[in-house]
Amino acid sequence: MITAPALEIAVLVLGLAILLVEAFAKDLDKRTLALTGMIGLAGVLVATFFLSPGTAATATGFWSFYTADPLAIFFKRFALVTTILVLIMMIDYAPVVRQSIHGATPEAGLGEFFALPLFTCCGLMWMASAIDFVMIFVSLEVVTMSFYVLVAFNRRNPASLEAGVKYLILSALSTGFLVYGITWIFGVTGETNLERIGAVLRSGGLEQGPVLFGIALILVALGFKIAAVPFQIWVPDVYQGAPTPVTAYLSVGSKAAGFVVLLRVLGPFFILPQVQRLLVVIAVLTLLYGNLAALPQTNLKRLLAYSSIAHAGYLLVGVVSFSGSAVAFYLVSYLLMTTLSFAVLVVVANQTGDRMEDFHGLSQRSPFLSFAMLVAMASLAGIPFTAGFLGKFFIFDAAIRQHQMTLLVVGVITVACGFYYYLKVIRAMYWESATNTASIPLSGLSRVTMIALMLAIVVLGVYPQPILDALYPRPVATATTR
Amino acid sequence: MILLFIVFCPLLAALAILVGAPARRTALAASAFTLLATAGAVFQFDQAAQGFMFVSSLPISAEWRLSFILGLDGLSLIMVLLTALVTLAAVWFTGEIKRHEHAFYACLLFIAAGALGAFASLDLFFLYAFHELALIPTFLLIGIWGSGDRHAAAWKVTIYLATGSFILLLGLILLYRSVPEAARSFDLRVLQTAASAGQIPVEAQRQIYLLLLIGFGILISLFPFHTWAPQAYAAAPAPAAMLHAGVLKKFGLYGLLRIAIPMLPEGARHWAWLLIILLLGNIIYVGLVTIAQKRLDWMLGYSSVMHMGYIFLGIASANLLGMNGAAILMFAHGLSIALLFAIAGQVRERTGTLVLADLGGLGRVMPVGAFAFGLGAFASIGLPGFANFSAEVMVFFGAFHKGADFDRFHIFQIATLLALWGVVISAVYMLRAYRATFMGSMPERWLSVPDLRQPLRLPIALLVVALLWLGFFPQTFVRMLAPNFGAYFSQNR
Repeated sequence: MITAPALEIAVLVLGLAILLVEAFAKDLDKRTLALTGMIGLAGVLVATFFLSPGTAATATGFWSFYTADPLAIFFKRFALVTTILVLIMMIDYAPVVRQSIHGATPEAGLGEFFALPLFTCCGLMWMASAIDFVMIFVSLEVVTMSFYVLVAFNRRNPASLEAGVKYLILSALSTGFLVYGITWIFGVTGETNLERIGAVLRSGGLEQGPVLFGIALILVALGFKIAAVPFQIWVPDVYQGAPTPVTAYLSVGSKAAGFVVLLRVLGPFFILPQVQRLLVVIAVLTLLYGNLAALPQTNLKRLLAYSSIAHAGYLLVGVVSFSGSAVAFYLVSYLLMTTLSFAVLVVVANQTGDRMEDFHGLSQRSPFLSFAMLVAMASLAGIPFTAGFLGKFFIFDAAIRQHQMTLLVVGVITVACGFYYYLKVIRAMYWESATNTASIPLSGLSRVTMIALMLAIVVLGVYPQPILDALYPRPVATATTR
Repeated sequence: MILLFIVFCPLLAALAILVGAPARRTALAASAFTLLATAGAVFQFDQAAQGFMFVSSLPISAEWRLSFILGLDGLSLIMVLLTALVTLAAVWFTGEIKRHEHAFYACLLFIAAGALGAFASLDLFFLYAFHELALIPTFLLIGIWGSGDRHAAAWKVTIYLATGSFILLLGLILLYRSVPEAARSFDLRVLQTAASAGQIPVEAQRQIYLLLLIGFGILISLFPFHTWAPQAYAAAPAPAAMLHAGVLKKFGLYGLLRIAIPMLPEGARHWAWLLIILLLGNIIYVGLVTIAQKRLDWMLGYSSVMHMGYIFLGIASANLLGMNGAAILMFAHGLSIALLFAIAGQVRERTGTLVLADLGGLGRVMPVGAFAFGLGAFASIGLPGFANFSAEVMVFFGAFHKGADFDRFHIFQIATLLALWGVVISAVYMLRAYRATFMGSMPERWLSVPDLRQPLRLPIALLVVALLWLGFFPQTFVRMLAPNFGAYFSQNR
């Protein structure tokens, strides 16, 4: 049997191997590196289904830092799938990178471009398992470091460079907040392990002020990761400037990891009512800001950036309503529909551009791509029979159970806004006529990927059970009742 | 099996058309087969049986007690029959499509499939989900193939309907949550049993009913949420307007009849006064607005909003007579408005305008069209002999009778008297529109305008025969409705 940490080690080794091969095999077609990475990750993904059962929560030593509970395994798979999809997108995006980097060989720089996501993936998987503030901090930094490089990868492109600098400075700042917050919590409770912090908090007799101050600082840092208002300022510029696959990765992988940590960290602190109230305010602001600011956008990449803020708002509603399964399902549906829309964006942007006008009349130029985008947008808007609808359904069901009436009212308003700006994309593709009627080539791999994503969106929109089961495995009654 | 075929035939046909099957032929065949299958279901329908027939179910999620269940009782059978009839007529009336012909037919069939699925679903979740299936096709139909200010109309209808359905969704989730844990289910039959046993607290009933009333109300164009409807129908291509005004709008009324009234009787009683005031807004205010219209399509759009008022009156009365009337009026209105929009579409195709002042005398060159429009207009006014008349009579008697349950002159009776004036109002605008379009002097340039093509007379005959049949024999439907409606009202007294 395989133990959980072996997965991260395998991904790390895979990344190093690809870097080494890239350094020594000069004549290799760099796309084989990406394919190797994908196959390796797929292997690891398969391996996650053969894990030996996790150790008990009271464990000490290494297992007091690291857990392999269903939530962790679930998000490890999530990170792996995301990374595979991002690598597929990166192959489509490779020509753009080539234009931007003038190296000695025509494919200079591509090796690192394909290898870095593996290190990010390792960090994301680690983050899913972290149950100790020290571990959370370290894994968060692993993720962020590789993103620094990836965001600024098109280094001859001023927009990409600007995005990189913005991300670097603001991310470093938020890390500072995180460390400072951890220090305060440690100072009050004397613990860094979340489980034991929870025990100390429940035993009572602590001074509340410092604890609240500490958790508020930590929320600042995590708010930065998940792009919650008021820590969202970096999002539009960085998303627009970064290479598109990296944008998709940031908006799915980084955000999902942020939410896992948020779910874990907030667990012990929800006995303080102030924390919940603070989160309600953040959720309301995030919902309103993300959706209202998305309305006038004319650049699709920027629109998706604001939409990612908006979805962070819905996810926060799930967090506030203590519904881990709703959050997890929403994240999965968000993964599917966001990667699908970015995948289409990469292909179309290679031909024309990423402004809304570049999508005019896409239905004539490529009926397949426009239908894929239609499915993605319908799901993002939350139309039934798509995964996006069930995601919203579970989230709002959780909010109703917790009687969060403010969130519900705001939710109704923002969903209506969402319909407007997602349908704007559909309008551009179907109503308007094209200025450029050249058809758009699409590689076989991308076509298969998009079909798979569309099918997944529709199937999960009707049959959500696999995801719900993955997070809360049914009790193993069959073996014992024999 | 037969029901599965009815629901999935248009859906599969739409997908086939998207992949590349010949558009018009596939669509016609699919809607004809759907109608045939529905007719088969009508003949097989056992009028004595309680509960639902043709039930087939597929469990989706045990944890949420969510299953995909299809089944029909009298009410849903009537609605399915309406959908099948109007779909066939709408597909038949579709003329030559210049842009994206495949997508046009696929959109029409998606709307039909959504309506059929919603009416046939016995599960709250799928009932809602199927209705939403029509949202994006409507947006595309109006936006791509519409006329006039089509972009604004498409946005307006989409945003209105999206908001309405979302409010509705909240109401439905609240309903699901309001039932005690043991009985919690998305299955309408289970929910109805729990509701009949009084397991939904009164306070919750009032809240949920209000949410459902607003949510469904927006979908039905209840005053003051009605402004999207005339604009959308005026801009939509004729087949889309036929389907939307004839069928899709009935989904909200169906929801009220199926969910809000039987499951939340306390809520209905509590908010009756509000519904009465709003429906008078539909009948009187919108009726007067309709008289003032200067374009045929806008006039028809407003008239369809106004007629919703009568159906609301039947629903608000919440007694057997009124509910029967409401159900039959839904059917009758669906057919008559589809007929009117179809002829209006033909007129626009020939003359290029629907401004009443520019039209005139078309009865001379298109006598069949004029005759069909006249029949539709008479039905819509509620002339005896048409289904609308028998249904409206039931609604008025039901509502008046409801008021008589109270010892003083009640708001229900006042509303009934005022609503009767609505009949006069609809006579005024319908006859004026008929005169302006088909009578009087005709401009020279339309002398060579052809009459309706021969094949188009068949769908017209289909709609008119159905209207007349129910006008003379409303008992056919009353008997179908009796088992479930009767059971509910005997328990609820």
